[in-house]
Amino acid sequence: MSVTLTINGEKRTLDAASDTPLLWALRDELGMTGTKFGCGIASCGACTVHWDGIPSRSCQLQIGDLEGANITTIEGANGKAAEAVQAAWQELDVPQCGYCQSGQILAATALLSETPKPTDDDIDAAMDGNVCRCATYARIRKAIHVAADKMEG
Amino acid sequence: MLHQLQKPLEQAKPSRRTFLKMSAGAVGGLILAAKLPNTAKAAAGSGEFAQPFVHIRPDNTVAVLSKHLDKGQGTANGLATLVADELDASHEQIVLELAPSNPQLYANSLFGVQGTGGSTAMPNAFMQYRQAGAAAKAMIVSAAAKEWGVPAGEITVSSGVVSHPSGKTATLGELAGLAAQEEVPADPALKTPDQWVYIGKSFPRKDVKNKTVGAPDTYTIDFKRDGMLTATVARSPRFGGTVKSFDASEAEKVPGVVEIFQIPSGVAVVAESTWPAIKARDLLEIEWDDSAAETRSSDAMMSELKDMTTKPGLTVREDGDVDAALEASANVMKIDYDFPFLAHGAMEPLDIVAEFDGEKAEFWFASQIQTLDHNVAATILGIPFENVQINTLWSGGSFGRRAQQDSHPVSEVSFLMKAMRDAGMEKRPIKIVWTREDDMTGGYYRPMSAHKIKVGLDDDGNVTAVKYNIAAKSIIKGSAFEPMLMADGVDHNMTEGASDTTYSFPVMNMEQAFQETPVPVLWWRSVGHTHTAYVMETMMDRIAKETGKDPVALRLELLKDDPRKTNVLKLAAEKAGWDTPLPEGRHRGVAVHKSFGSYVAEVAEISFREDGTVKVEKVTAAVDCGIPVNPDNIRAQVEGGIGYGLGAILRNQVTLTDGYVEETNFDTYESLRMSDMPEIEVHIVPSTESPTGIGEPGTPPIGPAVANAIAAARDEWITSLPFTKAGLV
Ligand code: FES
Ligand code: FES
Repeated sequence: MSVTLTINGEKRTLDAASDTPLLWALRDELGMTGTKFGCGIASCGACTVHWDGIPSRSCQLQIGDLEGANITTIEGANGKAAEAVQAAWQELDVPQCGYCQSGQILAATALLSETPKPTDDDIDAAMDGNVCRCATYARIRKAIHVAADKMEG
Repeated sequence: MLHQLQKPLEQAKPSRRTFLKMSAGAVGGLILAAKLPNTAKAAAGSGEFAQPFVHIRPDNTVAVLSKHLDKGQGTANGLATLVADELDASHEQIVLELAPSNPQLYANSLFGVQGTGGSTAMPNAFMQYRQAGAAAKAMIVSAAAKEWGVPAGEITVSSGVVSHPSGKTATLGELAGLAAQEEVPADPALKTPDQWVYIGKSFPRKDVKNKTVGAPDTYTIDFKRDGMLTATVARSPRFGGTVKSFDASEAEKVPGVVEIFQIPSGVAVVAESTWPAIKARDLLEIEWDDSAAETRSSDAMMSELKDMTTKPGLTVREDGDVDAALEASANVMKIDYDFPFLAHGAMEPLDIVAEFDGEKAEFWFASQIQTLDHNVAATILGIPFENVQINTLWSGGSFGRRAQQDSHPVSEVSFLMKAMRDAGMEKRPIKIVWTREDDMTGGYYRPMSAHKIKVGLDDDGNVTAVKYNIAAKSIIKGSAFEPMLMADGVDHNMTEGASDTTYSFPVMNMEQAFQETPVPVLWWRSVGHTHTAYVMETMMDRIAKETGKDPVALRLELLKDDPRKTNVLKLAAEKAGWDTPLPEGRHRGVAVHKSFGSYVAEVAEISFREDGTVKVEKVTAAVDCGIPVNPDNIRAQVEGGIGYGLGAILRNQVTLTDGYVEETNFDTYESLRMSDMPEIEVHIVPSTESPTGIGEPGTPPIGPAVANAIAAARDEWITSLPFTKAGLV
């Protein structure tokens, strides 16, 4: 089937089976590989994208349900929060293997867009769905605070 | 040929002899590499300076080729730090690249083959990469001297700029082509530590930018070749099972499926893209032959292991008559421990991209032991070693998982490519993708193990004797590494961290026994130390408790001959305020352990939630890993090592029911998450000793430090892991 949706501000048409997860459509049909496969069952957050600004698990979104949807992936992350997050991530050398970080960055960006000055509890709540097997959590937490300061400054 | 088809997997395994031959060849190659053949001359016309570890390009970038896989430990950046420092390049102009398979140029000098593991990257490459940087600098300077007609001694290089007091300047890139024509100095002068500009200071990771923008072609799973197909493989759900028969009629109907093959490891679904390959695989009807499979449950396997620890085993360490010493003791403490199978759970599941035209084969993946992978590919495809090219890609974690001794991903894709060829399929590159379920249920676990300890004490509370029996499946026995690592029939990987302890016990004996099972096992971040550190360090706290001593004081008393361990222990204790009272509801535990040449002490501070579960609030770590090449990366690795170990100790185990794996994904094998992560403080001991590893050593002490804190709070000793079993999570 053919589905038209907006990805990173551009209209894109996907030709694939309607049950194809957005994750695989992005990666295989559109060659956008920044969105990662980690679990396929909504347990890790590696596949996080924004759907109308809300962090969503692209492994669980079937393209058949996405006609007209507005999706942002790591490749299209921009704006004040995303840029502050990416800058803070780079400043603190957050990533190790880096594989989870597209998802972490999109989750953190959504958090800061909603809550510009998050507490540690806010961070726990917003980020607990994003697994990092390298356990870069301490730096992610610190980088979110740094990004919050950057957005203020 | 027929024989090969019938016994394909055995054929694929590098025989011991081949491995030794490969090792010998590679060692010979290493000597050549040390002399640095002047390959630069050939590239001179291009204006590029190309030595095995350093490429200086006309665009003024300096590529440092890491001979080691980078799986997140900052290895490539660490090696680049060495080159950049000796070459006096700027941080900005450095780019990180991963070297392809080439044992002549890129062998790990501690392995004799090209491979990464055992936290050896920095220790084996520290001098080599500094020399490479220094040689490049000498050639640049010598080229500039000729070009400018000035004495080489008057030329300086700083932050990538070559200059002469007369005012002449040039970039490294501008001089690259000329420098390439210079002789490679055999023994270039190295900087003295006071001249270092990056080493021991700061060299931020050059791979971080890519990893924050979702850059393409970083990981194997992202890598694409024109016309590439994607495959999944249905592998036996029980370890050691094989395909008896299968029905692919439903699977074939899935649009996008191209072909379905039986290969030695299972049934492969080849499709135009990933989703059809995943979907169609679920529709395969496969009957498995379990006659050689593991059909036991992990409980039964643990009973067997426990039983093995009660019987005499292979002697690993024998100081004297331990039974007599125990007999003569006033008091004997007996403790049994058991540890489960653990999956590595690297964030990127396994994957591999390959293509084969009948004569030559090329692979793109995060190969961790390139020389073994290379050899297996050549053997299975029946082509010469030099017709195989392995390109190393970045890895989304590994923790040991990609360092297989049997090169099973290469073996599997090679068999699949042969099958595709035999079927007369059009030549197309292929990618094999593993799902998380494939990864979790696919074996290559940290072995489960049972430990039996007896500690003798005299009337004054002094330790008189330690007897230690361990049973587990050996990672080394029967593998390609057996000749290298098990020369005396003993698997030292299994007992490392205990048999070589520096606690001065009057008598310590240690024996080991090997379980036989088709469940494949593998090194898991810190290998034997994952269990021995837990046993030794909780044992120390039990001795302290039993004899009324302070845990730190007891350790210091028994570590008199180990100044470096003493140092880190004292430092961690001091920074954690060991002697100061804790706030209400907080409890402390300590552990100190040496692994892979590095010393780490950790003090864990815990509390209990209202529901009685444990929360690790803070960990204070002290580390001595020799010269700290990149202090911030050392901190990062200790943070990550603590988190990785903590997640496992809290709630990870792989269990089998009748041979079937119960934990199949992150919903049942629950990872450490943000809200579990303690605050971590890492203190680095200044040192002038040669650098040692840091990818693994942060992991072993965390389990026992937390267990000791729990015991300090509740007098409850956890001896059966993970902590979920004790209701603490
Ligand atoms: S891949 Fe979607 S949540 Fe893990
Ligand atoms: S950085 Fe490796 S999984 Fe997060």
